[in-house]
Amino acid sequence: MDLSFTREHIAFRDEVRAWIQQAMPPAIRAKAAVGASFDMDEVMQWHRILYEKGWVAPHWPKEYGGTGWDATRRFLFREELEMSGAPNLSPFGLSMVGPLLIQFGSDAQKARFLPKILSGEEVWCQGYSEPNAGSDLASLQCRADDDGAGHFVVNGQKTWTTYAQYADWIFCLVRTDSSGKKQEGISFLLIDMKSPGVEVRPMLTIAGTPAFCETFFDNVVVPKENLVGPLHGGWTLAKALLGHERTLIAAVGDSRRMIRKVKRIAARTMAGGRRLLDDPGYRARIARLEVKLRGLQMANYRALAGAQLGRAPGPESSILKIRGSEILQEAYVLAMEVMGHNSLSWFNEPGVVSDEEQPVAPGFNYARATTIYGGTNEIQRNVIAKLILGLPTR
Amino acid sequence: MNFDLTDDQKMLRDTAAAFAKKESPVARKRKMMASEAGFDRDVWRQMGELGWLGILFPEAVGGYGGTMVDAALVLEQFAATLVPEPYLASAVLAGTAVLAAGDAEQQRRWLEPLCAGDSVVALAWAERDGRFDPTAVTTVAERAGGDWTLAGQKVWVLAGHAADVLIVSARCPDGIALFSVDRGADGLTVRPVQTMDGNRAAMVRLDGVRVADDRRLGDPGEAAERALATALDWAAAGACAEGVGVCQAVLDMTVDYLKTREQFGVKIGAFQALQHRAVDMFIETELCRSHAIEAAIRCSDGSDPDVRAGAVSAAKVQLATGGKFVSQQGIQLHGGIAITEEHDIGLYFKRMHVLNTLFGDEEHHVARFAALPSFVEGIEA
Ligand SMILES: Cc1cc2nc3c(=O)[nH]c(=O)nc-3n(C[C@H](O)[C@H](O)[C@H](O)COP(=O)(O)OP(=O)(O)OC[C@H]3O[C@@H](n4cnc5c(N)ncnc54)[C@H](O)[C@@H]3O)c2cc1C
Ligand SMILES: Cc1cc2nc3c(=O)[nH]c(=O)nc-3n(C[C@H](O)[C@H](O)[C@H](O)COP(=O)(O)OP(=O)(O)OC[C@H]3O[C@@H](n4cnc5c(N)ncnc54)[C@H](O)[C@@H]3O)c2cc1C
Repeated sequence: MDLSFTREHIAFRDEVRAWIQQAMPPAIRAKAAVGASFDMDEVMQWHRILYEKGWVAPHWPKEYGGTGWDATRRFLFREELEMSGAPNLSPFGLSMVGPLLIQFGSDAQKARFLPKILSGEEVWCQGYSEPNAGSDLASLQCRADDDGAGHFVVNGQKTWTTYAQYADWIFCLVRTDSSGKKQEGISFLLIDMKSPGVEVRPMLTIAGTPAFCETFFDNVVVPKENLVGPLHGGWTLAKALLGHERTLIAAVGDSRRMIRKVKRIAARTMAGGRRLLDDPGYRARIARLEVKLRGLQMANYRALAGAQLGRAPGPESSILKIRGSEILQEAYVLAMEVMGHNSLSWFNEPGVVSDEEQPVAPGFNYARATTIYGGTNEIQRNVIAKLILGLPTR
Repeated sequence: MNFDLTDDQKMLRDTAAAFAKKESPVARKRKMMASEAGFDRDVWRQMGELGWLGILFPEAVGGYGGTMVDAALVLEQFAATLVPEPYLASAVLAGTAVLAAGDAEQQRRWLEPLCAGDSVVALAWAERDGRFDPTAVTTVAERAGGDWTLAGQKVWVLAGHAADVLIVSARCPDGIALFSVDRGADGLTVRPVQTMDGNRAAMVRLDGVRVADDRRLGDPGEAAERALATALDWAAAGACAEGVGVCQAVLDMTVDYLKTREQFGVKIGAFQALQHRAVDMFIETELCRSHAIEAAIRCSDGSDPDVRAGAVSAAKVQLATGGKFVSQQGIQLHGGIAITEEHDIGLYFKRMHVLNTLFGDEEHHVARFAALPSFVEGIEA
């Protein structure tokens, strides 16, 4: 057993770190330094910079535009990106529908869609959830009917569709059959957001920022060649995609950056004539959280070491989503408590509180989402209880 | 980065697991608890023959030349059935102190019989008012001609009741030093005491115990303090490895129970409230494992003492929170049966408390972790 990275991997990490620093445009770098949130233009600007470098989709196979890096390099790359504070790229194309098309799509679909996902020319969103189909996703009702002339006609509603207001395309789960078991009548469909009959109503999140939308389909005509995988066979694809989605959420780098920020704020906050960072109570709380993060990071390394040897993720990886999301939330809670009165600040002009404190309160609110999206932590626990512990169902 | 075991390590793990299962089931632990010594000298010798006691020590003293990772594998397997022999106390804690402090001749003298299973060595470091600080030493060592005399008291000396040799920390004129004291020495009083897990320790008094100069291990002061810190870190890493074995055993027993126990006409494992609790037990167990692996590696890979301390303290904190959760939930989910002496789950619960308290409890390690230089690295004030 050995915890060190090879010399090649360390050199790689250093190269990535240096490149990120020089490649970030000054406006993005300034925001990254204080952990501010980015607007969609900035996200897409950063997307294109990574694309031009050839690093936008390291996890894709090389023949489709991936980097050919080993698992360790991919991991180090992601860790460096997270640590840098650079914008998180929209995952829907690169990490969800892209890999899914590579696995299940036809040659024509791959040729049509993959290059534009890579370049960022086409932005995607995810149409899974509906008002009455959240955790129980297979209860979805949005329908696609065959018009007998080479099209589906889609009617229904999706909800919580993140970034639908910016998206060119949406990948949807739609009901194509209602006769059998509910999982058996679902299909996976790609829909052009500019089609007549698609309506998007943005909602504000509790972070005070726009992120998700309600998406309505009123007799939307979709060519049949936009069906991915077999008709009525979409459930397998849906689950495969959720697998891709969940591995993204450990967010070790995000939590590490957040804990570092908590320490920096605590080092600048005075109380009773001493730095809050030197208060044994606060210091112990920060230390406990850092210990948790360290365990998560080791679990992540263990999963990585397995992946490096081509092994399927073991039990250690199923804890990453649950624990990672909990730790990130805790980090925000701690940051808010350390800030005291400053945590009350809500979208004020610069200078009211420090640039570093400014984005904490919205982040604290938005971080509540991490235990909900991608399958709530309760649902994750159900899955582990059944699949790993083999506990009985009623 | 690599977490795979070598073939030798797999064999070591498998033989230790087989031994625990076949030769030392929990029934033997119970039998030993009722005996005076709490463990079996013949089994200790057998462990010596199998090479287990010498894992951490060089071949020159009859050891196996292994690493903390190797010892951790053995400890984790032993924990599965609560093997009663004082492996952690003697073959890790006390042995490591001798290795870290003693010169070659001293190492040979006290480690060779330990490796062979012919002797039990104990480390007497803790004092009544010192809590978990190994430098809080009031026991004194004074020059007496060419020899030394030791006076003071040591508490909770693990395996001290059976020790043939006690390694005692005492304050000399030039700092803390370690001395080896034979069991029969004049002025030495060893009072056996029980610990909650059915093991034995000793309260030790030294009333002018006379020891020869060649029984002072290495140099006093910084060197001795370093040796103590090393021994305690290795032992703490060992406790974490054992804790992983305890967690796993409790998790397995509890999941089995949830699958078989019926109430309200169904297996209680079908109740979601209990399923989620079991999943959290599983998560904490896996995190204890991740931390314990890191601690064991950092004890053996020549890391800087601060890096080692960070990994060990983190692992100890995780054991104290996660291991406590797992063992407490193990009891809760077994219901009333868990409170009976006949049921094994309580034995694991008690062992967990002991592992969490030894070599520094939760608060101690949180504070130590937060005091490391790495904690404030990159934080410009
Ligand atoms: C910020 C954000 C962005 C999102 N983006 C998208 C997106 O882009 N596209 C998309 O399709 N979806 C998206 N979602 C939706 C997300 O996947 C769902 O919110 C999630 O699956 C939960 O569904 P729900 O909100 O309907 O909650 P419900 O399923 O109604 O759950 C309510 C509560 O009950 C619990 N619960 C439900 N069933 C069980 C059970 N069987 N056992 C135990 N507890 C249970 C849940 O854990 C939760 O705590 C997003 C959500 C958020 C918060
Ligand atoms: C020290 C002690 C003294 C006692 N003294 C007495 C006494 O004097 N007289 C007497 O009659 N009894 C006594 N009891 C028994 C006590 O009331 C029972 O132990 C208790 O009711 C639990 O029942 P059980 O042990 O069969 O556990 P079980 O019912 O088998 O429960 C096992 C676990 O499953 C959980 N569980 C069971 N059903 C559900 C459910 N539907 N939903 C969620 N979780 C569930 C339980 O909470 C528990 O964690 C005593 C118990 C103890 C420990």
